[in-house]
Amino acid sequence: MAETRRIRVEMLARVEGEGALEVDISDRKVQSVRLSIFEPPRLYEAFLRGRAAAEVPDITARICGICPVAYQMSSAHAIESAFGMEPGPEIRALRRLLYCGEYIESHALHMVMLHAPDFLGFEDGIAMAASHGDLVKRALAAKKAGNTLMCVVGGREIHPINVRLGGFYRLPTRAELSALQPDLARARDDAVGILRWASRFNFPDVERDWELVALRHPTEYPLNEGRIASTSGIDIAADEFDSVFEERHIAHSNALHSVVRARGAYLTGPLARYALNYERLPAHIQALAREAGLGPVCRNPYRSILVRAIETIYVCEEAMRLIATYNPPREAAVPLTPRAGVGAWATEAPRGLLWHRYELDAEGNIRTARIVPPTSQNQPAIEADLLDIATRRIDEPDDVLQLACEAAVRNHDPCISCATHFLKLTVNRR
Amino acid sequence: MARPRLAVIKFASCDGCQLSLLDCEDELLAVAGAVEIANFPEASRAVHPGPYDVTLVEGSITTEHDAARIRAVRDETAVLITIGACATSGGIQALRNFADVGEMVRAVYARPDFISTLATSTPISAHVKVDYELRGCPIDKGQLLELVSALLAGRRPVLPSHSVCVECKLASRVCVMVAHGTPCLGPVTHAGCGALCPGYHRGCYGCFGPAETTNTATLAAQWQALGASRRDIHRAFRTFNAASEPFCREADAHG
Repeated sequence: MAETRRIRVEMLARVEGEGALEVDISDRKVQSVRLSIFEPPRLYEAFLRGRAAAEVPDITARICGICPVAYQMSSAHAIESAFGMEPGPEIRALRRLLYCGEYIESHALHMVMLHAPDFLGFEDGIAMAASHGDLVKRALAAKKAGNTLMCVVGGREIHPINVRLGGFYRLPTRAELSALQPDLARARDDAVGILRWASRFNFPDVERDWELVALRHPTEYPLNEGRIASTSGIDIAADEFDSVFEERHIAHSNALHSVVRARGAYLTGPLARYALNYERLPAHIQALAREAGLGPVCRNPYRSILVRAIETIYVCEEAMRLIATYNPPREAAVPLTPRAGVGAWATEAPRGLLWHRYELDAEGNIRTARIVPPTSQNQPAIEADLLDIATRRIDEPDDVLQLACEAAVRNHDPCISCATHFLKLTVNRR
Repeated sequence: MARPRLAVIKFASCDGCQLSLLDCEDELLAVAGAVEIANFPEASRAVHPGPYDVTLVEGSITTEHDAARIRAVRDETAVLITIGACATSGGIQALRNFADVGEMVRAVYARPDFISTLATSTPISAHVKVDYELRGCPIDKGQLLELVSALLAGRRPVLPSHSVCVECKLASRVCVMVAHGTPCLGPVTHAGCGALCPGYHRGCYGCFGPAETTNTATLAAQWQALGASRRDIHRAFRTFNAASEPFCREADAHG
């Protein structure tokens, strides 16, 4: 007898932005799974046309309130490469420091306030605070340390005002940065605490065979730069992105999906960065990863919380190192040298690879803009994940299946506001 | 007495303004103790039905569906507060109001027929009555805490409506326009950020939108005297609060 069941979630919670999810089940078989992004289109790539290059980092920051630095960095680097501008090593170090602040803030929020409640059976981080108050407070303190770092280097934590093409408007003083060290040291210890706490969670035993895609850099754990690499052998510069990846427009979504032309779905984000750059982590952080049960590659999306903790430890230490070795450059920014050309660049946003490409005229105005955010790259992999979960747990009650699907999405820390160009859960059983 | 019930609702936006609430790291658990967070999907999957005592609304109206949704939100709340430039002035996505939205959709999406969106991005006040507005792209979390505290205490919130220029003087900053010849929107921009940009040696770029009283034409003339082109002035007023009347008018004068 054909079974008809229907589950609907109007809006996926504890993710950034608006999306819905739909699972169609009939004859005891999952027919299809789809993640729809109903976040309304804001049309950035269209209204960037005709803007002056210098305006772009302020404008692209507004794509995402959670990871504005990622947008500022990918756009600034891409345009600088088109203009042949080369900010020196000191500017480079300061940008990496700012990016560390965004990782701390974003990962601390996701690990404890958005992700951990799924493992412990709470609706949210605030409800979790009643019985796990110490951990919630430690996460909030770590988050604050990241935000404070962003305020000092960037001017403010959401939509920083101090980033410009060529560098910064004002250089922080050594004293301003040194004052951050005690809180960063505590945030680092808090991240170790979160890692050990989360390592005792009951993780579903799944392994995904996705192709993992991330930047890889010859000497450092990648944030601002590197070649685009994958576990299946991709190794390209940012301007070769289109030769390997393809954006597709799917009917149920206001976002575009990205796939590897030759193979299909892939995953970007913490699991990919970690797998492709494990050897770039210092030995004592690799030891912490082993202690938490992680090998050099982690293919279990639920354990991404542990990888985020490892990355948080790393960026706290990296921020402290960058501050200790801070050498203010003579000028806060190198001069703007507009010329006609094309520039493409990718940086590692906390939730994954963020690729930008700009075509500019001789006066430095934007002719065309393309932005490929991490969540639209991850969407096909997330849907594959959902299909597997819905198939394996098809006999469970609707509310249990629904929570399992929601949690599977939250594993990936999707940023729907960014991807619009995502979630409500509907399970249709027929 | 029952705790006031709070909802946080999103329309077209970047999530940054509601993130400001989660960014109140030192105060978040206290706020969560003083109010019942009844509907805040970015923070919790527990969504309790209305009515609500206070609703924070982020984002602008860009779809027919959202135009209907904001009316339902208004019907369910006693006090409606818009948070940020999108909700109070239409936000940066209001740049579509000055262009052909169909052409813009075709520029971004391979299948424009999959996309349903309005020709304009409009503030919440264009659709329903708004009780309080917090400006900024993003809002200032100090202002958010002040407003929530005032509502809890039953007093009027202290939210200055003067310009960034006044905040800059109060902070004893050197005027970037007078001292360095840097074009600055501080004289016509609404207070709230604490004159952040001049403190970082750059001119204000107007992300809090127009102050209560503005003289944009005189400021534009001063920008020209400092060497700004008509196009520079047009763009400066046509960015994060493009659809707010004083900025819209001044941008048109230099279009």
